Amino acid sequence: MEMVKVTVDGQTVEVPKGSTILAAAKKAGIKIPTLCHHEDLNVNAMCRICVVEVVGARTLQAACSQPVSDGMVIITNSPAVRQARKMNLELLLSNHPQDCLNCVRNQRCELQTLADQLGVQQQRFGTKTRPEYPKDDSAAALVRDPDKCILCRRCVEVCHDVQSVGAIAPANRGIKTQILPAGGVDLNNVACVQCGQCTLVCPVGALYEQDHTERVWAALADPEKHVVVQTAPAIRVSIGEEFGMEPGQVTTGQLVAALRRLGFDRVFDTDFTADLTIIEEGHELIDRLNNGGVLPMITSCSPGWIKFIEHFYPEYLDHLSTCKSPQQMFGALAKTYYAEKAGLDPKDIYVVSIMPCTAKKFECGRPEMSSTGYPDVDAVLTTRELGKMLRQAGIVFSELPEEQYDEPFGITTGAGVIFGASGGVMEAALRTVYEVVTNETLPSVDFTAVRGIEGIKEAEVDLKGTKVKVAVANGLGNARKLMDLIKEGKADYQFIEIMCCPGGCIGGGGQPIPTTNEIRKKRIEAIYEADADLPLRKSHENPAVKTLYEEFLDKPLGEKSHQLLHTHYTKRNKYPQKSVG
Amino acid sequence: MAIYRSHVLVCGGTPCLLKGARTIRNLFQQEINRYQMADEIRVVETGCLGPCDEGPVVIIYPEGVMYSRLQPTDIPKIVEHHLYKGRVVEELVYRERKDSKEISSKVPLEGEKYLDRQKRVVLRNCGRINPDLIEEYIANHGYEALGKVLTELRPEQVVEIVTASKLQGRGGAGFPTGLKWSFTAKTQADRKYIVCNADEGEPGTFKDRLIMEGDPHSIIEGMAIAGYAVGAEEGIIYIRGEYHLSIERMARAIRQANEHGLLGKNIFGSGFSFQIEIRSGAGAYICGEETALIESIEGSRGEPRVKPPYPGVAGLWGKPTVVNNVETLANIAPIILNGPEWFRSIGTESSPGTKVFTMLGDINNQGLIEVPMGITLREIVYEVGGGIPGGKGFKMAQTGGTSGGCLPMEFLDMPMDYDTLSKVGSALGSGAMLIIDDTHCIVDVLKSFMKFFCHESCGKCTPCREGNTRLYEILTALSAGTATKAHIQLMKDLARTMQLTALCGLGQSAPNSLITCLRFFADEIEAHLNGKCPTGVCKSLATQFEAV
Amino acid sequence: MAKANCPLPTSNLSEILDKYKQSPGSLLEILREAQAINGYLSREVLQLIAEELGIPESKVYGVATFYSLFKTTPTGQYIIRICESAPCHIRGAQDVLATIEKTLGIKPGETTPDGKFSLEFTSCLGLCGVAPAMMINDQVFGNLTGDRVREIINSF
Repeated sequence: MEMVKVTVDGQTVEVPKGSTILAAAKKAGIKIPTLCHHEDLNVNAMCRICVVEVVGARTLQAACSQPVSDGMVIITNSPAVRQARKMNLELLLSNHPQDCLNCVRNQRCELQTLADQLGVQQQRFGTKTRPEYPKDDSAAALVRDPDKCILCRRCVEVCHDVQSVGAIAPANRGIKTQILPAGGVDLNNVACVQCGQCTLVCPVGALYEQDHTERVWAALADPEKHVVVQTAPAIRVSIGEEFGMEPGQVTTGQLVAALRRLGFDRVFDTDFTADLTIIEEGHELIDRLNNGGVLPMITSCSPGWIKFIEHFYPEYLDHLSTCKSPQQMFGALAKTYYAEKAGLDPKDIYVVSIMPCTAKKFECGRPEMSSTGYPDVDAVLTTRELGKMLRQAGIVFSELPEEQYDEPFGITTGAGVIFGASGGVMEAALRTVYEVVTNETLPSVDFTAVRGIEGIKEAEVDLKGTKVKVAVANGLGNARKLMDLIKEGKADYQFIEIMCCPGGCIGGGGQPIPTTNEIRKKRIEAIYEADADLPLRKSHENPAVKTLYEEFLDKPLGEKSHQLLHTHYTKRNKYPQKSVG
Repeated sequence: MAIYRSHVLVCGGTPCLLKGARTIRNLFQQEINRYQMADEIRVVETGCLGPCDEGPVVIIYPEGVMYSRLQPTDIPKIVEHHLYKGRVVEELVYRERKDSKEISSKVPLEGEKYLDRQKRVVLRNCGRINPDLIEEYIANHGYEALGKVLTELRPEQVVEIVTASKLQGRGGAGFPTGLKWSFTAKTQADRKYIVCNADEGEPGTFKDRLIMEGDPHSIIEGMAIAGYAVGAEEGIIYIRGEYHLSIERMARAIRQANEHGLLGKNIFGSGFSFQIEIRSGAGAYICGEETALIESIEGSRGEPRVKPPYPGVAGLWGKPTVVNNVETLANIAPIILNGPEWFRSIGTESSPGTKVFTMLGDINNQGLIEVPMGITLREIVYEVGGGIPGGKGFKMAQTGGTSGGCLPMEFLDMPMDYDTLSKVGSALGSGAMLIIDDTHCIVDVLKSFMKFFCHESCGKCTPCREGNTRLYEILTALSAGTATKAHIQLMKDLARTMQLTALCGLGQSAPNSLITCLRFFADEIEAHLNGKCPTGVCKSLATQFEAV
Repeated sequence: MAKANCPLPTSNLSEILDKYKQSPGSLLEILREAQAINGYLSREVLQLIAEELGIPESKVYGVATFYSLFKTTPTGQYIIRICESAPCHIRGAQDVLATIEKTLGIKPGETTPDGKFSLEFTSCLGLCGVAPAMMINDQVFGNLTGDRVREIINSF
């Protein structure tokens, strides 16, 4: 690689040709403040906070976008630079509501942090020069607060370029510029899949999840309610970040302890129904392979992905596995099997999920997700919301002892854990399908070809003569590519795993902020670490699942399964508000 | 071609059309027919003749007599006396207006300063030929330059000639055209584009419109030469959506050029092919910024891109793209035909050539002029422009349009060229000269400037989107008497930040007028802090002051 | 509300789309021609364009709301665009604006109750030689005064 020498504040550093000033400064130990810049997204250089002096240039240069050239002399801390940064920040603040104390991002806001960092201590401009915008809480999972928006457009990048959904985009011009759903309507009236990737990149409190914490507090305080909680696989490798721990640590035991201290009556694990999903879905796949069913079969665990295919590829819904997601299977069983065993009336059971996901809030409200007559799941908390509740309760997460999940839904295998990472469902399914079909023990349980953050992964598995070609996609932009291949008749796969969010659930829209690709990789490593640490690695070896079939479900794809664990999908329009006639 | 003894050129520029030029043209034809002179005299609707506020304007050649402010009843008289009997109708002859009351008694039009001071390179054909007939352009050396480059010169020689001419971009920034071409010529790519920037939106500027309306082929020829020089086979003219007549005339000219084999495949059998497509804007000043214009051509919001990469290397559809202004392109053919030395002999050393200025505001002769670079403000205002109406005093001139700067009296003798103007914080820009007399209030005028930018900021970057509204807010407070001394400092700091940090040229230059006025008219601005508007324009202050 | 009166002229729109579909970057051309059908770009029209071009509706909406010549809500039959740029300003555009506001009883951004006129600002029309100037639909007017503008409006 060709290297160039540049001087940053008097220090000479050598960086690869084409590096930005931002990168060169970092190498010199200087962290230039940024706002619209995000390491995983395109550079737009719009906020003009990261400006620096380049000797010889007429104007200040944006460090995030300006490439260095050999011999460039950069000054990052001159009076002109400091004044310009502060002025641009003041301009943003002058049209930003001054109600930090009431904001969901209080103390976790990039704008607030910058104001402190750049020493903004007074408001020199007058009242707002842009219109007041109402809050949009029409969507089940997400809230838009355009009044707080600082127009950095990270959400637009992620929604269009990463997820290929395009639910929101810049509209209008000048001071009236806004990030809007098409037609300026509410989010619920456009094809938003509620994946919440926008909430991960929003630097302020303009996009965030619908709050379920209050209803959970209320349920916990209600003596009539038996409140059970399930934790998604991805939570155990990310909740620590809410408390300042380094990304990539497995904190399963502390997570259980924390939830017990919050007052949940039972602490269960979604990994259990992940194992169950593998049994049901694996048999569904075998059935489709043997009986000429619709192929490729596509996984159905990810509610953002489900809403995406319903909006954008409704003609391909029969490719989806009919299995409910593990969250919903859990809820359905909690209010039937568990209720029976514990001698409880299902109406008194309150099911809370801790999910790395915002779309799960939408999923739990789907009308078909009430197989007992009550909603399978009553409330969904994101990892962030759990963090908030634990802080409110004064629970010091890092000092908690490690505790065990409750039975019966706390008994799990490594196959359930890896659901949290892209490729995990596929790998878990292959571990089971292989052994069911071939009646032989796998030489190695690790299908590494389907692991990792890469957008689309392919593999071929030999089931003793039957070759099964599989594909794994994470991020809806990649999902779209696979769907287009199917559309063009060019996809010769039998089984496809699709996860809505980049990296899979560990990169979900409900995860701690920041969630970057680097952090995603660390969480993925932790997931496989947790898998390897478990004595059981295959779903069909889960003794509690076996018992469940013996005591209640009878057999995979049986009548009870059909009733409680499987579902159907809804054709939606790309333009939900399309008028008729 | 038939030979006529006289040509009646009826101005077909938009301002004259507004004032009934079509009726005038039809009446001329009708009267000429009545005298059975249709074989001898030709009536031509031509491009803008310049003095727009004097319309409808007509010039009769070979005498070169210009008649202005014509009414339908005047036409039979002109046809009878001038064309039939050979006597100029003196009371209808165009008079340079020194003062609205004074009527010059001088008859010979060629001696008028309005035309005398001018040097027509870009406007060589405007008002002399029928823009709708390619034959007339060809008859005036049209497409000779294209023929010359295609048959005698290698592409790199063309770039060398343009570089040697020291022609600078006439859209506003004044970037050397030859250098711009050389970047694109050097970049390897399967496709390259020549984009003509005709998204003229700078307040007070209408030169590009008049060139397109008056001499569309000069632009086509310039684009084709540029295409040959840099290796591009596709050209796009991006015309403001509001310019209906320009779009119509350019489209007709392109069609004719294609029919004559001057565009299309294998031009002059040289192997060089070039085609031109018209795209039009939809109401956004920002699209005059070259990367915003490219975004707009691609069908997106006209928001400027982050540079680098520059369009010359990666522009339209990611391909190397030359973006040149209309006036720049109209200079190309004369440079090729007459040589770079000839071009450099006009104007000043650092800014050779001519410049088309639009003179507006409080000035007697409003309209369009083309003069050598380096003319002074005084010459423009008091000689070419005929002074300020109503005997009022000169207060300031805003040069370069709303994104330029404001110059007070003491700069009247400053030469108008790129370097000199930028040194004092102003700009030559698009060549708009807005003359403001001493009855106007600086704060009020500045408010009008800032309001424009509030309306036209694209909203992408912070300093421009937010900053313009804040400058407007403070100016409004000044005119309402509620501003404080701290506001003036805040305005200065903000304006400086905008200049230094805005993403594109629009945002960077938006506060130019304000900055120059804060420097040159500090007393008048600060008087507003004490509840006084010296000109009495800021009404709330005037009454407040009187009440005290 | 306005929808009922303006049935979607699908056939015309399809023709427009067919004409431009193959040339990339024609969104502005399509929007311009589509707007000519009904005078504005309804949500349905934007959705059809988005669908045919294969781009998100939000992007089409973003483009339609960026350019001042595009309208996403019904406007008056005649759109008066008055120039308030500096050259027009110093030649009395404000008085002209005041007269229009008084004559029609609307402010910039509004439409008369009978749906005949909408009023808005435009950036410089390049008619500074005959300032103050305005446009009514595609027609341009210059050298405006209070009296003249009243006359012009009455002639519509």
